Amino acid sequence: MKPFSYHQPDQIPDAAKLLTSIEDSKLVAGGMTLIPTLKQRLASPPALVDLSKLGSLKGITDDGATITIGAMTPHAVVAASKLVQTKIPGLAELASMIGDPAVRSRGTIGGSVANNDPAADYPAGVLGLGATILTSTREIAADKFFLGLFETALEPGEIITAIRFPVPLRAGYAKFKAPASRYALVGVFVAKFADGVRVAVTGAGPGVFRVPPMEAALSGNFDPSAIAAIKIDNDGLTSDIHAEADYRAHLVTVMAKRAVDVALS
Amino acid sequence: MGNVIGIGAAPKRKEDQRFLTGRGNYVSDIKRPGMTAGVFVRSPHGHAVLRGIDKSAALASPGVIAVLTGDDVADDGLGSLPCGWGITDAKGVPMKEPPFPMLAQDKVRFVGDMVAFVIAETPERANAGAELLKIDYEVLPSVVGVLEAVRPDAPQLFDDVPNNICCDWELGDKAAVESAFKKAAHVAKLSLVNNRLIGNPMEPRAAIAEYEPGTDRFTLWTTSQFPHVVRFLMGALVLNIPQHKLRVVAPDVGGGFGVKQFHYGEEAVITWAAKRVRRPVKWVASRSEGYVSDRHGRDHVTEAELALDETGKFLAFRVNTLANMGGYLSTFGPNIPTNLYGPLLGGVYTTPAIYCNVKVVFTNTVPVDAYRGAGRPEATFVLERIVDVAASEMGIDRVELRRRNMIPKEAYPYQTPVLVQYDSGDPMGCLDGALVAADVKNFGVRKAASASKGKFRGLGYSTYVEACGLAPSRFAGRLGARGGLYESATVRVHPTGQVTVMIGTHNHGQGHETTFAQIVSDKLGVAFENVDIVFGDTDRVQFGMGTYGSRSLVVGGAALSKATDKVIVKGKKIAAHLLEASEADIQFEAGKFSVAGTDRIKTFEEIAGAAYVPHNYPLEVLEPGLEEQAYYDPVNFTYPGGCHIAEVEVDPETGTVTLVNYTAVDDVGTVINPMIVEGQLHGGIVQGVGQALFENAVYDEGSGQLLSGSLMDYCMPRADHLPMMKVATHSTLCTHTPMGVKGCGEVGTIGSPAAVINAVVDALSHLGVTHVDMPATPNRIWRLLQNASLPVAAE
Repeated sequence: MKPFSYHQPDQIPDAAKLLTSIEDSKLVAGGMTLIPTLKQRLASPPALVDLSKLGSLKGITDDGATITIGAMTPHAVVAASKLVQTKIPGLAELASMIGDPAVRSRGTIGGSVANNDPAADYPAGVLGLGATILTSTREIAADKFFLGLFETALEPGEIITAIRFPVPLRAGYAKFKAPASRYALVGVFVAKFADGVRVAVTGAGPGVFRVPPMEAALSGNFDPSAIAAIKIDNDGLTSDIHAEADYRAHLVTVMAKRAVDVALS
Repeated sequence: MGNVIGIGAAPKRKEDQRFLTGRGNYVSDIKRPGMTAGVFVRSPHGHAVLRGIDKSAALASPGVIAVLTGDDVADDGLGSLPCGWGITDAKGVPMKEPPFPMLAQDKVRFVGDMVAFVIAETPERANAGAELLKIDYEVLPSVVGVLEAVRPDAPQLFDDVPNNICCDWELGDKAAVESAFKKAAHVAKLSLVNNRLIGNPMEPRAAIAEYEPGTDRFTLWTTSQFPHVVRFLMGALVLNIPQHKLRVVAPDVGGGFGVKQFHYGEEAVITWAAKRVRRPVKWVASRSEGYVSDRHGRDHVTEAELALDETGKFLAFRVNTLANMGGYLSTFGPNIPTNLYGPLLGGVYTTPAIYCNVKVVFTNTVPVDAYRGAGRPEATFVLERIVDVAASEMGIDRVELRRRNMIPKEAYPYQTPVLVQYDSGDPMGCLDGALVAADVKNFGVRKAASASKGKFRGLGYSTYVEACGLAPSRFAGRLGARGGLYESATVRVHPTGQVTVMIGTHNHGQGHETTFAQIVSDKLGVAFENVDIVFGDTDRVQFGMGTYGSRSLVVGGAALSKATDKVIVKGKKIAAHLLEASEADIQFEAGKFSVAGTDRIKTFEEIAGAAYVPHNYPLEVLEPGLEEQAYYDPVNFTYPGGCHIAEVEVDPETGTVTLVNYTAVDDVGTVINPMIVEGQLHGGIVQGVGQALFENAVYDEGSGQLLSGSLMDYCMPRADHLPMMKVATHSTLCTHTPMGVKGCGEVGTIGSPAAVINAVVDALSHLGVTHVDMPATPNRIWRLLQNASLPVAAE
C-alpha cells in the first residue's frame, strides 16, 4: 500500500468538495474492491474520502410504492431487512448471495453500484427493477446509469446517496456463481410490473444489460417456458478461463428461466 | 498426574491449544532487533533475456539499504540451487541439469523468476524501491505446455537442452509388453491430461535470516517441512556455510502439502543478504507471490493402453507421459513423475507386464515438484480411469473387472513388474467394505430419483494402492536419490520422569505432537501430558529428513519407537541393580519395572531419578542419565490403499457436477489416533476432489502469463462443495514397520480424483461420453453434452 491522506467527512457537501479538490482521490464506501487494489499497489490515490460517518446515507425506508436504500447500507442489512424481504424478496435474496459474510458486512449498495463491476450482483437488481439512483446533485434512471465496464453516468465529485426501487408485482434473481470468486458468472434479475417485465443480466458481458426479447415474451406470459427458446447472441459476451461466450449465452437463458421460477415461488 | 493415552486412543490434539488461542509462533510472528524488510523483484515475462539492471534509482529511494542481483551472486561465487535427485534415461545417460541460479542470470524462464532482492527499513520502503528498479528485458516467446515444448520449432529454454527434454526416462519390460499386446483380445486406449495444481497452504512462505559476526553463525527461520535438509542443501551446496555455523529453524508452519519441502532460492538469498547488510532480513510472501513462486504440482499429458484377454484379465499396461518440470529443476522435481509414478502403475492388480516412458520437459512455468501424493495420484488416475474404459468397452461390470484382476490377500507379499514389492494388503476387503458403506445396491433408486429431477447420477470407483514412508535409502539411491531418507529421534527422560522427544520430522498440521506423544505414553507408561515433542530446529534436533511422502509416522515414528525401546532396555539395567535381580528377570509394563514372579517394583520415575542421581547405581558398567537416540532406515516402502466410491449428480442444463456422496475404506495399517487419521483422510479426499472438479493452474501459451493467479480465479474446494464423507479403515498390518503402520497423509488425495471422474463419466455414459478431463468444470461438461449432440434432458 502506498501512502495517502484519509478523510472522514460528516456532511455530504464536504465529501463532494474533498473529492473534487483533491485530484484522483477516491471514495471509500465499503472498500471491498478498493482496499485489495491498494494493497496490491495497483492504485495509489493521494486521498481516501471515507463515507462511513455520513449517517444520512444509511438505512432503508418504506415509501409505499417504492423503497429507498441508503448508499452506505451494507448488503447484510439489505438481506436481513424485513421490509425488503416483504416488498422485494428477490432483492433481499440477491443481497444475500453477494460475496461471503465478511464482504456482505462491509460492502455497501452504493459502493457496488458506483463501481459497476461487470460481474457484480446489484447492477442486475438495480437495472432489472428499473430503480433510480439518487446522487448528491440529481436523480438518474438505471437505464441511463450503467455505461459499460466499470463506467457509470456519475460526474466527478458526484456521490450516490441512495437507490430508490419501485416495488414490483414479482421479482426473482438467479445467479450462476463463478466457482472461485463467487461473482456472477451469469446472474439474471427478472421483475414483473403492471406495465411489463424487465430482465437484466450481469456477469455475461462487459456490463449489465437488458434482454428485450425475453421482456416481451414474459410480458405476454410470465412463465419460464415463454423464454426457453430465446437464445442471446454470443457476440460481445465475455470469454475467459471459467466460461466461454457461448456457454455464458446459454446460461443467460437457463438463469432467466430460473429467475422466473424464483419470482413465481 | 495425567493419564496414559496410548495407541488407538483419540485425545484432542495437544498443539491445537496454541493454534486455536492465537498463540502459535509462525515465521511472520518473529521479530529480531534491527530487522530489515526484503522484497523480491520477479520477472513479469515468461521468457526473456536479462540485458541489464539499473539499480541507481532504487538505491537512492528513501530507506533502501541494498539491492542484490544475479551479478552479485556471481561475484560472490555462490552455487546453483541443487536438485536432490539425478535420474537417468534408458541408456544410463544422466538427466540434463542446467543451473538454477538463486537470482536470475542472463535469462528469466518463468513469470515469477527472481531477478533482484531489495532490502529496506520497512516493507513499504522496499516495495517503493523495487518499483524504481530499471530492468531491461528482451522478451522471448514462451512455451508453457508439454506438447508444445517438445516440438522442433518450440522456444528453447536452455541452449544445451534440445527440445526442452530434461530426461527421456523409462521403466519396465518394453519387449514383454509389446508381445503381450500382440496376444490381446482387447486393447483399451485413453488420452488424458493431469491438470496442474497450486498447493495453497494457508500460511504463505516466509523467511528471516540473521548473521552474528561474534560467532560467525547464521540463523534462518523459514516455513519449511525439512529444516535439516535446507541446512545441508543451502549451507553445503549453495552458500558454502559450514553446517555447524548454520542454524535453520522451521517453527510453527501453517500447512505445507509439499509446497514447503523444497529448498527455495528465497531462503538462500535472504541468508546471504543478512551477512552482506549485517542486519536481520525478513521476507513474507503475499498470496499472489506464492502463486508464481511456490512450486506447482502434477501437469502431465498421457497416452495409456491396457491389453486384456477375452476374460478381461489384464495382460499388459503401457503408459507414455510428458511431464512438465517448469523452468528449472526443483529439489525433488525429476523424481516425482518418474520414480514416484512408474512403480505405481501396477496398482492393486496382477498385470504381469508394464512399460512406462516419461519425457520430463522444461517449460516457461513455475518449477513443478511434489504436491500431496506426488506422482502417485497421477499414476492412480491413469490406471483407474483406463480400467473403467476397458470395462465399458468389453461390456464387463467395473467392479467385476477389478475383482478379476485384483491381487488376492493371500498373494502378499506381492512382487510387481515395476520394482516395488507390496508387503501386505487386502484390496478386495476394502472394496467389499466400501460397497456396503456406499449403499451401492440402492444406487439405482437414487439414480432414478435424480432422473425425475432432470439430473444425471453417476457412481465411480477407485481401488488403489500407493507407496509411502519415503524411503529405503539404498533403494532410493539406486533410483537417483542424492541423500538418505531415514529418520531420527531422541527420547530424553528427565530426572522427574517427564519426557522430551527430539524428532527430525516436522509438524505443520498433521498432529505429530499428539500422535508421537501417544506412542511414548503407550510404550513408557508415562502420562500423555508429560511428553513433549520438539521438532523444526537444527540446534535442538539431532538430524532429520523432514515431513513429506507420508513418512513421519512410518519412518519417524519407527525411529521414535526404537529409541523408546532403548530407554526401556537401559531402564531394565538400572532396575536390575536397584532390585538386586538379574536383568533377564526384569519386566517392564505399564510404567513399572518389576522382578518376574515377585511384587518388587520400581516405577519409571524412580528409575529416571536413579539415572540422574546415581548414588546407588552401577557406574562401573552403565553411564548415568536416561536419554536414547535411534536412526531408522526403512527396509521397504509402505503400501496403504483402499477403495473410494464417489457419487455425483450432474445438472445437464448448466453442466454443474455436484458430489453428493463419498465413501472411503482405506488400509493404513495400525491406527495410532483414529481422529487424526479421519482428519487426514477428509483433508486428502478434499484435495483430490479439488483436482477433479475445481482446481486448475492455467498459463497463457506465448506470453507465459499465469491466468489463474489468485484465489479469485483458482478455485479451491470449499465446505459447501462437499457432502459429509463416510470414511473407514480396513487395515492389514505393515510387516516391516515397528508398529505395523503404513501412513495416511496422502491416501485421500491419491484415491479420490479417479473415483470422482469415474463417477462423472458414469453419469454421462448414456450420452456416449467416455472421458472427462480434470477439472470437470460446468463449462467443460456443458461442452461435452453439446458435442454429444443428444437431447439435454434426463431420460
